[in-house]
Amino acid sequence: MTEAAMPLWEVFIRARAGLSHRHVGSVHAPDAAMALLAARDTYTRRGEGLSIWVVPSAAIAASDPADRDALFEPTASKPYRHPTFYEVPDDVGHM
Amino acid sequence: MYTQALNQQDGVATQATPASEDAGAVARFEARVAAEDKIEPNDWMPAAYRRTLVRQISQHAHSEIIGMQPEGNWITRAPSLRRKAALLAKVQDEGGHGLYLYAAAETLGVSREELYAQLLSGKAKYSSIFNYPTLTWADIGAIGWLVDGAAIMNQIPLCRTSYGPYARAMIRVCKEESFHQRQGYEIMLTLSRGTAEQKAMAQDALDRWWWPSLMMFGPPDGESQHSDQSMRWKIKRFTNDDLRQQFVDATVPQGHHLGLTFPDPELRFDAEGGHWRFGAIDWAEFKAVLAGNGPCNRQRLKTRRNAHESGAWVREAALAHAAKRRARAAQPARAAE
Amino acid sequence: MSGICDMTSILVAQDAPPLLLHVLRLADTALVLGHRLSEWTGRAPMLEEELALANAALDYIGQARSLYDYAARLDGRGRTEDDLAYLRDTPDWRCWLIAELPNGDFAHSVLRQFLVAAALQPYWRALAASRDATLAAIAAKAEKEAAYHLRHAGEWVIRLGDGTDESHRRMTEALEDLWPYTGEMFEADAVEAALVAEGVAPDPLALRPAWEAMVARVLAEATLDLPAPCAWMQSGGRRGVHTEHLGHLLAVMQHLPRSYPGAVW
Repeated sequence: MTEAAMPLWEVFIRARAGLSHRHVGSVHAPDAAMALLAARDTYTRRGEGLSIWVVPSAAIAASDPADRDALFEPTASKPYRHPTFYEVPDDVGHM
Repeated sequence: MYTQALNQQDGVATQATPASEDAGAVARFEARVAAEDKIEPNDWMPAAYRRTLVRQISQHAHSEIIGMQPEGNWITRAPSLRRKAALLAKVQDEGGHGLYLYAAAETLGVSREELYAQLLSGKAKYSSIFNYPTLTWADIGAIGWLVDGAAIMNQIPLCRTSYGPYARAMIRVCKEESFHQRQGYEIMLTLSRGTAEQKAMAQDALDRWWWPSLMMFGPPDGESQHSDQSMRWKIKRFTNDDLRQQFVDATVPQGHHLGLTFPDPELRFDAEGGHWRFGAIDWAEFKAVLAGNGPCNRQRLKTRRNAHESGAWVREAALAHAAKRRARAAQPARAAE
Repeated sequence: MSGICDMTSILVAQDAPPLLLHVLRLADTALVLGHRLSEWTGRAPMLEEELALANAALDYIGQARSLYDYAARLDGRGRTEDDLAYLRDTPDWRCWLIAELPNGDFAHSVLRQFLVAAALQPYWRALAASRDATLAAIAAKAEKEAAYHLRHAGEWVIRLGDGTDESHRRMTEALEDLWPYTGEMFEADAVEAALVAEGVAPDPLALRPAWEAMVARVLAEATLDLPAPCAWMQSGGRRGVHTEHLGHLLAVMQHLPRSYPGAVW
């Protein structure tokens, strides 16, 4: 018989001041306070972080890979959003 | 390797392959893998790919967890404070690696509890190497040097495995493991430069760990049942025999540097091929250990089971406390009486 | 190198300078606590706790190494941290008795970790203001580690005290078993009195109210009854009079250096 599941949490760590939190992995813990401690003890043993977020894995809403084309393809045809789309003579200098 | 038993049948129940998977989907999947695209948890994948991954990743995780025992056996007897801290940190890393790998397996829809249950029931396999005993301090050196040396040969290519969460876990594992082999080799070096007793201890450890280390890479390619498909799906990136040869080539000169003798009278350098050629591996021993008859199989599983069972009340209490807190928080705030 | 080394047990005389004796007391307590925590390896109730307990054990072992290194320098006879850890017999050890008690179940272990960290954290904080710069630096680092141990163990005490009937029962039993060993953490003898007078070490008695407040707050949240304050307290570790358990711990820990005199590992 399999015992009751210990909740799963996703762990995000800010590596250095000024950077955003980045997903590093997950831990099991009974509640948020313990998940923070578990994340600290698991993912910051080599000076990897300055700040930790934990989020219940079940709380994450993810896009469906099947929607990839619908969500992300249309952006490919809009080169005018990028600076290289525009012509500026070299002698104008850096812009 | 840590997943050498993939080549054997085990008793782990797996989802059956649907009678017919959409051939187009399979083709698109295989094209993505061939193009070195990473597969992510929500992506469509063939049932057999998912099944193979769950088995491989969980065997790897089980190996890390069971692998804590032979080395853990010497933490309280480490002969200096420096060695004690290093060994404890190394065994802790193994626990961490088990944790990362279970988490990677969980992205495929199995829970850690289910994977534990498979291990504790004896259905799931783990690496044969951890069923050998650590009898002297030199065994800690030999494990770091040989077992971690063998593991790293296998794990570095796995950083490029096709399944994203597994590859990312392996990148973290490899980064952390970089000190493990050096730690072991340093112990062997100190012993081989030490007293006659210490040198004998180092030689004895090499004698006992050499052949089991070669077995870690699994059966020869010809007998490996799942290799071809795993290679095509880029779950596995080199064959057992290739990795074994790489390991021997790297390790033999290191052993000679220690002034130790390998327990293989047929070991010789093939100058033409540029490889160290080694004698026949005793596959009967390998099969016996994998089947549960190694010197420590029963002990290892029993220890793990005891730890799990004696911690059940802690996990129950933690969950019960969390439930109480949620209930208290849900109660409507009572006005001051 | 063997043969030169004196393999009789190294004695640091009871009339050694107070600073040396005091540094050894702190070191012995840290090492024995670290050793006990390391015995949990592979046996923790959750994988996450394997990592947490090992982190705390590594903190304690690190503290012990810094302290032994300092003690060896104070001793000035060419001894190393390992000589002090591995070549002294039980009566020469000066750790608190609470540190050497066997781990027991997870309830006993986290409760000990909590009771001790609640005493050590304010102690290290006060010691960080020591007039002895080396001790102050070691204490400043150890204080941060103790603060985390206190939080981690405190969270567990609350969850296990206010968890299930079984966890509450186990915590109650652990509290009854460990409580008589808490008084020793606040004793000050002539050795400490001399250091207190010189501004080298804080007076442990002055730190007791903070410890009591912390313990009362956490036990209340854990729905555990605070034991009666006047209960009889065990003591003796600082004089080298130990429980039966320390000898076994040392027999295991010191086995290799004792069995192979003079060998380098």
